[in-house]
Amino acid sequence: MTALIRAEQVSYSYPQRGMVLDQADLSLYAGEKISLEGSNGAGKTTLLNLLVGLNKPKAGSIYAFGKQRMVEADFIEVRSKAGFLFQDPDDQLFCPTVLEDVAFGPMNQGKTPIEAKAISLDVLDCLGMAGFEERVTHQLSGGEKRLVTLASVMAMKPEVLLLDEPSNALDKEARLRLIEVLQSLPQAMIIISHEPSFLEALATRRTRLEGGKVLDV
Amino acid sequence: MPQFLEHSMTSWRGQEVEHQLSIVDQFDPRARIITALVFAIVVVFSKTLWLPFLGLLLAFTFALSASLHIKRTLRRVIAMDMFVLLMIIMLPFTMDGTALFHVFGFAASQEGFIHAIAIALKANAVVLALLALVGTLEASVLGHALAKLYVPEKLVHLLLFTVRYLDVISREYKSMRKAMKARAFVPRNNLHTWRSYGYLIGMLLVRSLERSERIYAAMKCRGYCGKLYLFDTMSWQVRDTCLLVIITVFAVFAIFSGAYAA
Repeated sequence: MTALIRAEQVSYSYPQRGMVLDQADLSLYAGEKISLEGSNGAGKTTLLNLLVGLNKPKAGSIYAFGKQRMVEADFIEVRSKAGFLFQDPDDQLFCPTVLEDVAFGPMNQGKTPIEAKAISLDVLDCLGMAGFEERVTHQLSGGEKRLVTLASVMAMKPEVLLLDEPSNALDKEARLRLIEVLQSLPQAMIIISHEPSFLEALATRRTRLEGGKVLDV
Repeated sequence: MPQFLEHSMTSWRGQEVEHQLSIVDQFDPRARIITALVFAIVVVFSKTLWLPFLGLLLAFTFALSASLHIKRTLRRVIAMDMFVLLMIIMLPFTMDGTALFHVFGFAASQEGFIHAIAIALKANAVVLALLALVGTLEASVLGHALAKLYVPEKLVHLLLFTVRYLDVISREYKSMRKAMKARAFVPRNNLHTWRSYGYLIGMLLVRSLERSERIYAAMKCRGYCGKLYLFDTMSWQVRDTCLLVIITVFAVFAIFSGAYAA
């Protein structure tokens, strides 16, 4: 079985922070929910960025959905198949209303407005956010914002989910709700998180980023 | 209750909207924008005094039918009138014409005085009409309506992004300000204060820049390729056409009344 997404011997360094990834390997197979743990600044977000081509590795290669991905044009397809949930929901929700934000991805995938609207309403309903479509994005609560960003990613029907600290700043109730939603999703996931309880509920395999390498825990 | 234009600034105290749904809210946003625009042009270019006065009466009608919050509206109009007042004081002395009276040997001209009054009437009429017709729109609705009126897409996006992130940036500002206070910062007129404010503003700019990069990355992740898509539920109705007819009649009447003759 080939991996859905694979990073092979990738290295990345920042001018100020120095080497954060040093020939790291990571593979994600269908049906897996991998945790990616590690201290602050270990390069967890950087690794996810490399996987969808937001940063380019200094060395090593990225394979995704059966092909090696090298240049920006390759990654456009990857981004459409690998839904990336950002750490801060405010970075992701930029449209005035919830519906427009959720429909943004499907429209970019070439859906007609009517299709995109139908998909969006469907996804919102699945995540228990029906009735939120006319709400103004910046007036939502933290937990609502998180679920709307998840909806906006799910609306693109991704095969893989990359979640960057999804439970960040959520209260207990919102966190339980998020766990429930994520458990019900069939997609393979990489989950960055610092919370043991959150990961115990979700992860099928646990990895840790340390010294620039991904280690199995 | 709908969230109105000023609602994006709820963080500034006293801006919270308690706006009752009014007659004006029943009109299509596009009709309201066009009406406000035509009204402004008609009033601003007039060369007589009676037309701006008529305009002011009309603007009052708009304001009444929009059931504007009196206190808040007054505060805004007065803020603008401070500038107008300064101009009324200055203009009679800077324009040539028949002298009305003298102050310290400077002549105040009748023409200047009339001119100043005309400007005051025009400014108040236009601001009042804008507050009543456009100011009661929710900001995102305003963006959508402008897009529908073929305003360049880039400008509309700029407006929508501003509305979206104004609140985020102001929250960031306030949290940093709180963090400063928590470490016993009290603004004084000294170098330390000014430097700290400099850092604050600088940090705000840096954070905004970084945030904009993250937003762009998030948009790319969802396949952004230079286009935003807007959904809306505006529907043009007979009363919107009526509103346009009324404002057109007003414009035609203004033109034929000779208000623009030199």
